[in-house]
Amino acid sequence: MITVHNLTKTYGEQTVLNIDQLEIPKGQSFGLVGNNGAGKTTLFSLLLDLIQPSSGHVINNDVQVDQSEAWKPFTSAFIDETFLIGYLTPEEYFYFIGELRGRNKADVDALLSNFDDFFHDEILGQKKYLRDLSKGNQKKVGIVASFIGNPEVVILDEPFANLDPTTQIRLKGIIKDLAAKEGVTVLVSSHDLIHVTEVCERIVVLNKGEIVKDLHTSAETMKELEAFFAG
Amino acid sequence: MLKHFIGLQWKSFFRSASFKTEIWFKILMALGALYFIAVFLGMGVGAYFIIEDMELGDPLRVVNQFMVYYLAFDLVFRYMLQKMPVTNIKPLLYLPMSKTKVVNFSLGKTVISFFNIAHAFFFIPFSIVLLVEGYPPVQVIGWHLALMALFYCNNFLNVMVNNQNFIFYVFAALFIVAGASQYYEWFDITIYTQPIFDFFYDMPWTAIIPWMILAGMYYGAFSYFKKHMYLDGGLAKKQTEAKTENLEWLDRFGNLGTFLKNDIKLIKRNKRSRTAVIMGFFFIFYGLLFFTGALEVYDGPFWKIFAGIFVTGGFLFSFGQYVPSWDSSYYPLMMSQNIKYREYLSSKWYLVIIATIISTILATFYLYFGWEAYAAVLVGAIYNIGINSYLVLWGGAYVKTPIELTSNKKAFGDKQAFNAKTLLLTLPKLALPILIYAIGHFLISPAAGYIFVAVFGLLGFVFKERVFTMIEGIYKKEKYKTLQAYKQK
Repeated sequence: MITVHNLTKTYGEQTVLNIDQLEIPKGQSFGLVGNNGAGKTTLFSLLLDLIQPSSGHVINNDVQVDQSEAWKPFTSAFIDETFLIGYLTPEEYFYFIGELRGRNKADVDALLSNFDDFFHDEILGQKKYLRDLSKGNQKKVGIVASFIGNPEVVILDEPFANLDPTTQIRLKGIIKDLAAKEGVTVLVSSHDLIHVTEVCERIVVLNKGEIVKDLHTSAETMKELEAFFAG
Repeated sequence: MLKHFIGLQWKSFFRSASFKTEIWFKILMALGALYFIAVFLGMGVGAYFIIEDMELGDPLRVVNQFMVYYLAFDLVFRYMLQKMPVTNIKPLLYLPMSKTKVVNFSLGKTVISFFNIAHAFFFIPFSIVLLVEGYPPVQVIGWHLALMALFYCNNFLNVMVNNQNFIFYVFAALFIVAGASQYYEWFDITIYTQPIFDFFYDMPWTAIIPWMILAGMYYGAFSYFKKHMYLDGGLAKKQTEAKTENLEWLDRFGNLGTFLKNDIKLIKRNKRSRTAVIMGFFFIFYGLLFFTGALEVYDGPFWKIFAGIFVTGGFLFSFGQYVPSWDSSYYPLMMSQNIKYREYLSSKWYLVIIATIISTILATFYLYFGWEAYAAVLVGAIYNIGINSYLVLWGGAYVKTPIELTSNKKAFGDKQAFNAKTLLLTLPKLALPILIYAIGHFLISPAAGYIFVAVFGLLGFVFKERVFTMIEGIYKKEKYKTLQAYKQK
């Protein structure tokens, strides 16, 4: 589904990302871990054409993302709060995203009804603008909005951070289902090794911009990751 | 301690992300400030003699008569423009320094603000002229000091009422009503206020009263600031109750409707954009200066075109100028969502066009000043639609200042509603039509000048698709830089 070729990103002298080859097949739940500055967000931003590669390119479902915009209809993401429109209510935001993705109100409502327990009555009908919601609740809105319109690729940067324990557990279930049942390619980054090992079939470790480990998740994965990060 | 504060202030100024791009604007703004200083100085020196020449009576008494308006205008002006002093108070809250010091510094900073100093450029020369003309020194100094205190009272009053929009509007309304009733000679407020100011002159020792009021005001502002220096108090974001709006009538425009709906909400729900639109609305009346012959300097033939562009282009200049910065806080979303650049741009374009047409309709009252006046408005509208709408979008690709739609520091909030940049970027959009008009005017006739400008505008309209392709290309090229710039708040 996603292929990365000789992708590098440099700022001045400093190379922040350098990936020779990375292939993510359709329907895979893909986990990206690494310390601060490892290049996780840089990679995701490159996948979304939010920054320009210094060399190489990204191909998403046969579309080279920095050449054509045709990847947009089947790709969605939530990276940070800049993906939210602060002056809209959550409902308006969902409908807005829905309209952009060719979904009418009824479609969006149907999708949202699946997330009632995820929202925990703190999102819908609250008479609040997104900018006035707490960080955690904003994140919930952004994550759910990225599921609107049956995307084939979903990219979530640090989805577990700032979420309460209950929501974290629910989100894990949701992500697993997306990949397993609906064939959605899900890309998740996290600092929390336990979460990613639980959710993702494959885990890639980035260190200083380079892929240092590419693991198929198994019982030993956790130990291997801990050993790596313990130095 | 003061050293630290000043150091912080210094760094925040020179290290701000926009500093590099804005230095030219800062220089231009400094020049603007110098201009105003010169004007004030000239007025300060000249006022005495002008009033004397016009034989309105004792110049000092005349100044005293209108002083109430001066003060009121000063307050309104401050409310709209003066930024509140916030030296990033939040991170200082838990540090080992007394709140008293933080507050004193923040308030102290306002004392040296341009809004206070500017008046000195009028009052000091005026007082000196009074002394030279043989007014008794003690009395003049008493009067001078009293007024100085009053302007500082305004300063702290503004600090306290800064977020009370209601009070502001009531005050502004009263001010306008008073001015109007004076003009039409129904009721003259100055009869009651002049004695107060005369009092400071006649009995100079009374100057102590405004200084006492000032001390009280300072104390009031101080305790207000101090009391509200909590995260859930004055430093908290003000929350308004949100209402979900559907605006379904816009659905028929398809994708365009989606964006228009969003833009309408953007304008309605954010202070910054609302102010821009209100400002744009007042542009409609700008033409009155030209067509009524109120100001002789504006009587030249080119000014009519100038006025026409402004009257219909208020929204274009105040809002359109900042496309795409209005969406800066969620630009990454717009860039990764299922949105085609062209759709995004054309929705903004339509918004500008619709607003221009509405302004043109609202401006029909210019017919009262003859068909020629309204012809200028119409021609201005055609030019705005045909040419300026593109220029604005085009320029927007390079204007990379992120806009903070709502200031987070509400209680001490700074009103960034007004920006000198807007006006500066406006100039090239005005010079060209004037030039075109001048060519027609001098080669053939005034009517030909109008026709030239209109034809130019229509031509722009014809080439819409081509121009859009070009603008789209520029936006795509600038996309990464823009994203980068919007990240730096």
